[in-house]
Amino acid sequence: MSNLVEITALVTFQLAQLLLVVLAAPLLTGWVSQCQCWLQNRSGAGVLQPYRVLHKLFVKDAVMAHNASWLFRVTPYIVFGCMWLAAAIIPILAVDLPFSRAADVIALVGVFGLARIFIALAAMDIGTSFGTMGARREMLVSFLAEPALLMVLFTASMISQSTQLPRIVDALAHHQFVLYPSLAFAALAFTMVLLAENARIPVDNPNTHLELTMIHEAMILEYSARHLALIEWASSLKLFAYFSIGIALFLPYGITEAGDWAGLPLAILWLCLKLMLAGAALALLETLIAKMRIFRVPEFLGTAFLLAVLGLLIHFLLKA
Amino acid sequence: MQIPYALQFVDFLSALLLLIVFAMLAQRRILSLINLFAWQGALLTVSTCVVAYSTHQHHLYYSAALTLVLKVLLLPWLLHRLIQKLNVKWDVETLINIPSTMLVGIGIVIFAFNLAAPITEMAEGLTRGLIGIALASVLLSFLMMLTRRKAVSQVVAFLSLENSLFFAATSATQGMPLVVEFGIALDVMVASFIFGIFFFQIRETFDSLDITNMENLKDD
Repeated sequence: MSNLVEITALVTFQLAQLLLVVLAAPLLTGWVSQCQCWLQNRSGAGVLQPYRVLHKLFVKDAVMAHNASWLFRVTPYIVFGCMWLAAAIIPILAVDLPFSRAADVIALVGVFGLARIFIALAAMDIGTSFGTMGARREMLVSFLAEPALLMVLFTASMISQSTQLPRIVDALAHHQFVLYPSLAFAALAFTMVLLAENARIPVDNPNTHLELTMIHEAMILEYSARHLALIEWASSLKLFAYFSIGIALFLPYGITEAGDWAGLPLAILWLCLKLMLAGAALALLETLIAKMRIFRVPEFLGTAFLLAVLGLLIHFLLKA
Repeated sequence: MQIPYALQFVDFLSALLLLIVFAMLAQRRILSLINLFAWQGALLTVSTCVVAYSTHQHHLYYSAALTLVLKVLLLPWLLHRLIQKLNVKWDVETLINIPSTMLVGIGIVIFAFNLAAPITEMAEGLTRGLIGIALASVLLSFLMMLTRRKAVSQVVAFLSLENSLFFAATSATQGMPLVVEFGIALDVMVASFIFGIFFFQIRETFDSLDITNMENLKDD
């Protein structure tokens, strides 16, 4: 009987996390752009603007290119599904959720990769030059960002001796406080990967209207209505997932155990606080730095990879 | 095994030192290079203070103060004034391009860590890993001296080399005698003044600070 109660609690926690993430992800995107508006002395559209955009897109009629194949139709659902799955794996509210045992950090990177492959293929499917250009650029950025991300995750895995995210969080958060110099390097590298993977400013501009500088936006130019809404929502989910990975690796204090009802409100409070801080930091970073030339991006991501490798080396040397 | 927090902090600072040396290696602008050098000095001051506090060696406070005055305030100020007088605001030219330099740098770090491994085996005390990092910083500063073409950035590389050595001395071996430190500080001071004079001489002779021009001085 107690076993059944335990399982119910675990499943409830998992469902709560899934719902929270999917509902709160646009809010995070709205918060980041609102912070940017404040920093740039504009009044801004409010933190709820992404919801209004999503609502508007969902009620519109979808327009489809004549030569669009099934790949083009199915991609938004796959991308959205991948991002939601990723958010289910990461310990956001609590560790030891049922889903998180199914996949480790390497599989998590694979889930991101799957979504990227589909969105790049869909961009090439229509055959417009901008879509193809965006897809090629996206692949250039991501094939450099992925090894760096893996190296960052490996550094954390080496410390906790496990590639399972719950175990990593457990090792970092619930033991005695230790300063890890290797994680400082990893955090820096992770920030650079986050900027590149989420189409943020030094690499790509999410608000650009200039087609020639687009990367992510160029790939989804042909999408409209509910498809576009799903892709935008998936982008918000991706940002949320990346922030959550960052929190799980570098600021894991406050994530509770699954089934611990008493700790849940505090965990949600901590999560909100950390996400607000991280979002404000992202907005500040984007306001302070300028977008770089596309040919500088390999150097930027090369530096990220190098920092991640340095972190790993320092872990070997200092054993910390 | 739980290491005391003070030493963990020194470990952390050593990692930051390595990071700053890498940033210097990747830096294209001479002004940012000098600012990074000032940051390196600040880091050194903090780490010396922490070591002084945790090992109760009061003379290390004097060398920390010396570092602060000399390497954070005076030398960067001198270098800033120099590049203003020489009117050098150009981007630094390197012999090898920056990404390749970084790759060589990673190789050097691995080499230095391996080289330091037997020393760390023998050494006792808790700051063992620092020798490897300090050695890596020294070698990376060497690399920077090799790959830079302009005299000013070579001098910054030299000063960063001295910083790395100083870091090794204070944190791995708990400090040199104060007299030696005063001597070294004075040497660095004098050296940077002489470098300043050299810059003007080089520019007067060749109309440029590019040291490859010095090849012309050789007899055939």
